[in-house]
Amino acid sequence: MTQSIEVESRTHLDDPLVIGGRTFRSRLILGTGKYGSHLETVQAVRASGAEMVTVAVRRVDLDATHEESLLHHLDPREFFLLPNTAGCYSAEEAIRYARLGREAGLSDWVKLEVIGDEETLLPDVEALLVATRTLVAEGFTVLPYTNDDLITALKLEDAGAAAVMPLASPIGSGQGLLNALNVRLLKSRLSVPVVVDAGVGTASDACVTMEQGVDGILMNTALAASDRPVLMARAMRLAVEAGRAAYLAGRMPKREWAIPSSPTAGMLD
Amino acid sequence: MLHIDVNGKRHDVDDGRTVAGLLTDLGLDGRLVVVELNRQIVRRNELAQVTLEDGDRIEIVHFVGGG
Repeated sequence: MTQSIEVESRTHLDDPLVIGGRTFRSRLILGTGKYGSHLETVQAVRASGAEMVTVAVRRVDLDATHEESLLHHLDPREFFLLPNTAGCYSAEEAIRYARLGREAGLSDWVKLEVIGDEETLLPDVEALLVATRTLVAEGFTVLPYTNDDLITALKLEDAGAAAVMPLASPIGSGQGLLNALNVRLLKSRLSVPVVVDAGVGTASDACVTMEQGVDGILMNTALAASDRPVLMARAMRLAVEAGRAAYLAGRMPKREWAIPSSPTAGMLD
Repeated sequence: MLHIDVNGKRHDVDDGRTVAGLLTDLGLDGRLVVVELNRQIVRRNELAQVTLEDGDRIEIVHFVGGG
């Protein structure tokens, strides 16, 4: 009884996240890299409440064919798997990886990354646009990882991207949201969902990011590189929900001076 | 005997072996991997029809954890 009331009030508080015609209740998307084990990966994903998780396409290690596939642990019927093109440095390479990911037969979605620099892992946005156009033409639902530049974001939307995913700060850096202004600008100008991807380090980063009004966050290292990934997954779930609710609620204006919370009238002589 | 290249390593297979046969030899489940033959994806329903030839370059990939 209590549960049904809670569910009802939540649906009235916020709309679900819709990307490419698919509906998600969670605004948190998780990467599955760098965890201690497949088991820890799944436990973290469950604790985070994420419904969509990213995976990478890599060569099968033929010297270890008895190694269990990630798909044995992450059931595609329970989670929506989003193949990425991480580690690709050209449009051609990213397109090749996207096609391989699609051939696995789960969906025609791709988290598109075209990296331009090994040290910073910042995106090559020129190649990203080329790859986005090609893959959209091939029927892919493309979610490009990009920088926080408005013009690139508008071009990606124009090219048919289903969402635009600007970084908060460099991949794996844990620096948090470095340019809130740019991210708000993107959100105010784009029609497709804006999902901040990369750079979140801890729960407060996720909360501040969601408070900017973006539609979701994609993260990986903040969980995998924490001391207790499953607990951090729970923290991130709460932080994303808190930040989203605070954004929808609308924060109070900041003031230079104090204003009393209790009535000034009715004080004793 | 054919000399082919599988995931960057030389591999010997019998004449007339198909891609599906190669996967069986390697102990791999065709439903969990994707195969490229000379940079062209081999569709899953064609794995048992495509016959390997000398010098073929095969890539066998799957999903691993990633962000």
